[in-house]
Amino acid sequence: MHSTGYILRFVLIMTTVVALVLALMSTALKPIHESNEAIYNKRAIISAIGNKLDKTVAEMSDEEVENIFKENITQKVIDVEGNFLSEEEVMDRGYKAGKAENVDMAKERKKDEADRIYPIYEYENGDENYAIISVRGSGLWDAIWGNIAIDEDMNTIVGASFDHQGETPGLGAEIKDNPKYALNFISKKIFDENGGYVSITSRKGGAVDPDHDVDGITGATVTADGVTKMMKKGVKRYLPYLKSNEK
Amino acid sequence: MAETAVKTAKKESTFAFGKKERKLIGDPLNDNNPITVQVLGICSALAVTTLVKQAVVMSIAVVFVCGLANLAISLLRRSVPKQVRMIVQLVVIAFLVTIVELTLKALDYEVYKQLSVFIGLIITNCIIMGRLEAFAMANDPWRSFLDGIGNGLGYGAILIIVAVLREIFGKGQLLGWKLIGGEDALINTTGGGYLNNNLFVLSASAMFIIAILIWIHRSYNRKLVDIS
Repeated sequence: MHSTGYILRFVLIMTTVVALVLALMSTALKPIHESNEAIYNKRAIISAIGNKLDKTVAEMSDEEVENIFKENITQKVIDVEGNFLSEEEVMDRGYKAGKAENVDMAKERKKDEADRIYPIYEYENGDENYAIISVRGSGLWDAIWGNIAIDEDMNTIVGASFDHQGETPGLGAEIKDNPKYALNFISKKIFDENGGYVSITSRKGGAVDPDHDVDGITGATVTADGVTKMMKKGVKRYLPYLKSNEK
Repeated sequence: MAETAVKTAKKESTFAFGKKERKLIGDPLNDNNPITVQVLGICSALAVTTLVKQAVVMSIAVVFVCGLANLAISLLRRSVPKQVRMIVQLVVIAFLVTIVELTLKALDYEVYKQLSVFIGLIITNCIIMGRLEAFAMANDPWRSFLDGIGNGLGYGAILIIVAVLREIFGKGQLLGWKLIGGEDALINTTGGGYLNNNLFVLSASAMFIIAILIWIHRSYNRKLVDIS
C-alpha cells in the first residue's frame, strides 16, 4: 500500500511531465498545422469554381493552389452594408491578418448581425470573372458551410462546394461526398426576372422551378433543408455587394 | 521510483522471440481477436470503416497507442499506486493519443479532418484499457509491448476487412480507384444492372459485416464454439 504523499507526488510528477511534452509538441507543430489548415480552406474555396479550372482541385499541388490565390484572386471583405473593409479594419475585429481568407465564418455567426463581416474572393482569368462568396448554416447534427461562385452578371451561379462538421455518411454527408449534388447548383439564378431575391431551394422530391431549385437528397431532408436555409440567409448578406456590381 | 521498476523488470525479461511471444502476436489475430471474439472496440469499427484509407490510418494509430501504452504501464507497474492506477492508465493513453493526433494533423490534414473525433476517441477504446488492466499490469515490458502490438493488429485486421467490403460495395471504389459504376470505372455499369449499395455506407452495414465475420470465424475455428 502506498502512502497518500507518495500518490500525490506520483500524480503530480506524471501530469507535469505529460503536460510539458504535449505543450512542447503542440507549439513546435503549430506553424505546420496552421499552414495545413490555410491550404485546406483555400482548396475548399476554389472547389467552388472547380469545373472552370484546368484540373481538379484534388490533383493540384499546394503550390498550384497558392498560385491561383496569388495571381487570379482578389480578396475583399465587406460589412453588412456592403462597404469594403481595409485590412486594418478587419484586424480591428479580432483577426491576426486582414485578408478574406482569415475571416472565420463560425466566429462571425456568433456575433450580432450588424457587426458581422463577410469574405469575397474575386476570381479573374482572361474573360472569366467570378465572385466566390462563403455561406454557413446548420445541418442535422452540426454546422454546414459552402462556397458559392457567381458569374459577373451577379445572378447566375457557376459552381458551389459544400462541407460539413458531422452529417451522416451516405445521407447528409452527400452534400460533400457526392460531387453531383454541388453540380446541380450550376446555372441556377439568385434573382427572378424582376430582380427580386429568391436564392436556391434544395427541394425534397426533386426540383420544380428550373431556375431556383435543385434536387434534395433522399433520406437527408433536414440537411437539404439546412442547405436551403443557408442559401436563403447566407446569400442575402451579400445582396448590397451583388446589387452594386451588377452588369 | 520508475528506475527500480525498470531494473527489476529487466532481470526477468530477455528480448526473446520464441513460441510464447509468437502466441502473444498471433492470438489476438485469431483465437482471441478483440473484435470478433471479445466484441470490443465496436464503436470505432462502425464509424471509421467507410473508406479503407481511414481504416488503415486508424489501425496504425491503435497499434501505436496500444503497443506503447502497454510498454509504459508495464514499466511503471510496480511504482503505480494501486488506488490511482486507472487514472494513470488513462493519462498514458490520452498522452499517446494526443501525440498521434498532433502528428496526423501535421502530416495529412485531410485524413485528420475525415477521422475527426475518432482519433481522440481511441482514448475510450476499451481494447487498450482492457489490455493495460489484464496484461500490462502483470507482465514484463517486452511481452506487454508484443501483446499491445498484437491486439492492435487484431483490431486493425478486422477494421481493414470491413472497410474493403464497405468501400467496394458502398462507393464502388477501393482506395480511391474507381471499380464499379460510372463511365471511368473498371466495370462500367452506366447501362444499368448494378447500383452502388448505399446501405454499405451507413454504419448499420458494418454491424452486419462484423456479425458475418464472427460467424465465418467461428465456423472454421471450432475451438471458439466449444468455449461458449
